[in-house]
Amino acid sequence: MEVTLNVRRFNPEAENPESRFQEYNLEVEDYFTVLDALIKVREEVDGSLALRCSCRASICGSCSMRVNGHAKLVCKTKVRDVTNAENEVTVEPMGNLPVVKDLVTDMKPFWDRVRAVKPYLQPEGEEPEAEYLAPNDTMLHLAGVMSCIMCGACVSDCTAIEVDQRFLGPAALAKAYRFVGDPRDDADKSRLQMYSEPGGIWDCTRCMECVEVCPKGVAPMDRIMGLRDMAIEAGFSNNNGARHTEAFVDLVKHSGRLDELKLPLKTYSPFDIRAMMGLSLVGLRAFLRGKTPPIIHKAIPGKDKVRRLFDKVEGK
Amino acid sequence: MKYAFFPGCVSRGGCPELYPAAVKVCERLGLEIEVMEGASCTGAGVLQEKNQRLGDALNARTFAMAEEMGLPIMTICSTCQGTMSQAHKRMADDPAYMAEINEVLAEEGLEYKGEVVVKHLLWILVEDLGLDTLKDYITTPLQGLKMAPFYGCYIIRPTGALGFDEHPEREDSLERVIETIGAESVEYAGKTRCCGFPILTINERNSITMVANHTIEAKDLGADAMVTPCPLCHLNLDGFQPKAASMRKTKIDLPILHLPQVLGLAMGMDAKSMGLNKHIISAKKLLSSVALTA
Repeated sequence: MEVTLNVRRFNPEAENPESRFQEYNLEVEDYFTVLDALIKVREEVDGSLALRCSCRASICGSCSMRVNGHAKLVCKTKVRDVTNAENEVTVEPMGNLPVVKDLVTDMKPFWDRVRAVKPYLQPEGEEPEAEYLAPNDTMLHLAGVMSCIMCGACVSDCTAIEVDQRFLGPAALAKAYRFVGDPRDDADKSRLQMYSEPGGIWDCTRCMECVEVCPKGVAPMDRIMGLRDMAIEAGFSNNNGARHTEAFVDLVKHSGRLDELKLPLKTYSPFDIRAMMGLSLVGLRAFLRGKTPPIIHKAIPGKDKVRRLFDKVEGK
Repeated sequence: MKYAFFPGCVSRGGCPELYPAAVKVCERLGLEIEVMEGASCTGAGVLQEKNQRLGDALNARTFAMAEEMGLPIMTICSTCQGTMSQAHKRMADDPAYMAEINEVLAEEGLEYKGEVVVKHLLWILVEDLGLDTLKDYITTPLQGLKMAPFYGCYIIRPTGALGFDEHPEREDSLERVIETIGAESVEYAGKTRCCGFPILTINERNSITMVANHTIEAKDLGADAMVTPCPLCHLNLDGFQPKAASMRKTKIDLPILHLPQVLGLAMGMDAKSMGLNKHIISAKKLLSSVALTA
């Protein structure tokens, strides 16, 4: 079939380096991946097109790019699955990372984040004679997260990094989970304390972009949620994120539904005068519009049944 | 068409205009609803951070209640929809897990059989009512108006839990509804992004930057209003738009409408009965444009 590839080009050495789209019309076979098509362009149409790839088998993680706006491994993406009714497909470099040239991004900010979570074992005590051993069943829950190939797709589409480059991001925090969950690692406390700082686990928006685009089923957001629970359990709960989660659970347990007036009050530290004043201003503006939750919160009928369900699941 | 109506906490809490608007719009469209008063909060993904099993048990309880009513569930919140769809998938994928959850429900005499259907009003319009039928109800087509769709994360991701394989039409359902009511749908990058609400009290700066990015992008592309099926997105994009505007030192003034409100307008229903006077960003200018097109 004949397809049109709309490829975002950028040449930093050009006289006026600006990114622009370039159209390539070419004939592709039914089995072609987007990578096959891009290589065909480079080899037969335009040798100046820069792209990065290696294994062509979804193992090396080199060829993440945005296809129709979302990050994908292009070696794993069939052209026929992503073309529109006019047989067009758009290919751009990954987002949230600097572009080196055309479809090639600079991975340094990605690796800096991974390094920041201390992605190595930190065991304590005497060194064993041979390896540090772990029983198989204690590692099974980490099989999913260890499938990460560091392709950067999750970082490319992370909505929190898009507004704040300080966020550690999905790949690094999934790696962090892998070490907190490893029975051979003895640095859980210091790790969880570090991950609870601003820019860490509580800055995730839970938007699930990373879950959707990960080509390996790592589900980084689920790992971040796991770290949040572990951090609270380890006592790192003196922050708005942890207070928000705990207050939410308490409020639903209390009346079966959320009391939206109490939730922010229980989330902010009582000493955070600035936040409280900001909240009052927003509340006043909403009140004047008649847009506020009822002052007297009403529980759902049968709230006691919900409380018993909480107790039963929480093992009380 | 009859549904067990799950209104969610926010439509009767932080967005009290949404619940009556949704009820009136359903009535006009001939969608019969029975409110699930005894159903609890879904947990919204927040409770699940602490205890996923607890969240799944709460939602299984709601599902069992709907099964007893013999009705599919209708939601009017992207977050409720997504949280319930995910719980449903986890139990459908693992019958042993579902059996454990049912042990918890047994105390209340409930059993979840795994057959529940949970559908947002948006999907009901497209899949059950049909857009051709919807068109017949439109008396005031919103011609000449540009509306920016804003989905809310949980109604579009993860696609595996939301039935996108069986229902690929869910991917652009909001754009199609906007076009059916006579308006033009604005295509922009922000439509599938996060509104920032989940981190509002945790990292306000990042949250409001998201509000600014999406509303300014839509406005720059000529949007007269934004339409969302999610009351949580509405709360942030509407309630915190003044702060986003002052952060960027610009005027934005983009009204953020709930899906039922925009349907009501296109069906000639009174703006006040749709609660359009209750938004932080005034919809007055938009309403005069609607009156001009009528």
